[in-house]
Amino acid sequence: MSQSHHALGPVPANPASNTLSADEVAFARARQKARLRRRIMPVLGVASVLLLWAALVYWLKVPPFIAPSPQMVAVTLWEKSGLLWTNLLPTMIESIAGFLLGNLAAVVIATVFVHKKTLEEAFFPVVVVINTIPVVAKAPILVLLLGNGMEPKIAIAALICFFPTLVNMVRGLESVNPQAMELMRVLSASKREVFFKLRLPHSLPYLFSALKIAASTAVIGAIVGEWIGSTLGIGALIIQATYAFDSALLYATVIVGSCFSMSFFLLISLIERLVLRQTSLAHS
Amino acid sequence: MPSHEHAVSCQNVTVRFVTEERAVTALEDVSFTVPAGGFLTLLGPSGCGKSTLLRVVADLITPSSGTVEVLGKTAEQARLDRSLGFVFQDAALLPWRTALENVALPLEVGGGLKPSSRFTSPRDLLALVGLSAWEQAYPHQLSGGMRQRVAIARALLGGPRLLLMDEPFGALDEMTRDRLNEELRRIWAETGTSILFVTHSVYEAAYLGEQVLVLSPNPGRVVRQVTVDLPRERSLALRDTPHFVEIAAELRAMLGRVTS
Repeated sequence: MSQSHHALGPVPANPASNTLSADEVAFARARQKARLRRRIMPVLGVASVLLLWAALVYWLKVPPFIAPSPQMVAVTLWEKSGLLWTNLLPTMIESIAGFLLGNLAAVVIATVFVHKKTLEEAFFPVVVVINTIPVVAKAPILVLLLGNGMEPKIAIAALICFFPTLVNMVRGLESVNPQAMELMRVLSASKREVFFKLRLPHSLPYLFSALKIAASTAVIGAIVGEWIGSTLGIGALIIQATYAFDSALLYATVIVGSCFSMSFFLLISLIERLVLRQTSLAHS
Repeated sequence: MPSHEHAVSCQNVTVRFVTEERAVTALEDVSFTVPAGGFLTLLGPSGCGKSTLLRVVADLITPSSGTVEVLGKTAEQARLDRSLGFVFQDAALLPWRTALENVALPLEVGGGLKPSSRFTSPRDLLALVGLSAWEQAYPHQLSGGMRQRVAIARALLGGPRLLLMDEPFGALDEMTRDRLNEELRRIWAETGTSILFVTHSVYEAAYLGEQVLVLSPNPGRVVRQVTVDLPRERSLALRDTPHFVEIAAELRAMLGRVTS
């Protein structure tokens, strides 16, 4: 955008005037063109990949139990929408509940760590060790502990959200300007005031970048949880479709899962933009 | 009028820091006073402990030995009484607050202002520093000089008896710095606040201060406390007079002896 800007010389100085100069018209047109281009290019990209996929399946005569054609997937998405929806719902509940639980715990523990250094020194390594265990390894442990319902899936989703948020939140709460800390001391601010007036608002951009990561990982956590002895959910449906060699259903399930994950991410991005714009932190 | 004759009185102040590798003496046996309503500049090369000394007065650092009296009280009591204003090297504004909200911060923390305080209106203080038109601007929308003005307005809220300033104009361009120097003299005259001002600029020290405390580095020691023999009303043109040049040369000579 800035490039076309320079090429066209100065920005019109008086937008209030009724008659547009030739420069202004050209500028507006070029900007519109650039905007259209930005929208069309990704659409073309996706379309060409779909086309290539369809062509490969057709020419190579790939049997439907190995890989479906895009048309088959589209039909399945439509025809089995009821089944897909029934399975998406538990996954949604698990990942959102896990997201809320894991992030809430992370924010609370980060707050405790910042105020009690000893606890941070003692327990941060424990958290790091737990985080090094891969999700697929944590999942069976939690299923044994929490049974076969939604609880272990929520726990896995929560665990997977927890670590990035904790790390970012501790950093956000601690990385305040040391001079601002001194100012608070000169003003005899209490610990609570320092937290709410300085640390917490300062940490918001850090928190949101962690929440955006957590939004997609929470869904992964719930799906991985459903792989182990579950009959309902996106994860369970993936396993069932694979064992039944129903590749079209498998692909449709994956698409539904990733659509949900994407919407969740976009929702958090939207909230971030609203909150940070209000506090004008986005620019600083 | 203040009942005590000194705004600040430091006697034999020594500050030692112990780091993991070694112990450092930042200040050694420093004694000086700032008269009530006075303007003292602390002048010295980097590493002479000027900022440390300012933080000792503000009760941000406890000296290893020596006594510090601020406005007739202990430094801690003076801080708890909210009788200090501090202006930092970077403005230390909160980026999520507007200029006006930044100036109002002291109203919201530490129990707010005492009922007897002067300068209770953030709006009036922004006007005093010439930023009335920028009340709703966020720090990232302000220039460096404007940000420091906001910081000065914030420090003046509640009418502190003593203003501590840690190289507040060090990062600004020369023209902005000159203008703010002139304004600070005006603010000092208008408010009657005592000021302790840290700088490493000889010109700034001589132009601003009624007195200059020259410090030597490693460890920080007092070289001399000089009274600046200049009129109370000072304009920037004063700095071109032979008399001012003479004073500046004298200060520089003192610094030259301690740094070479």
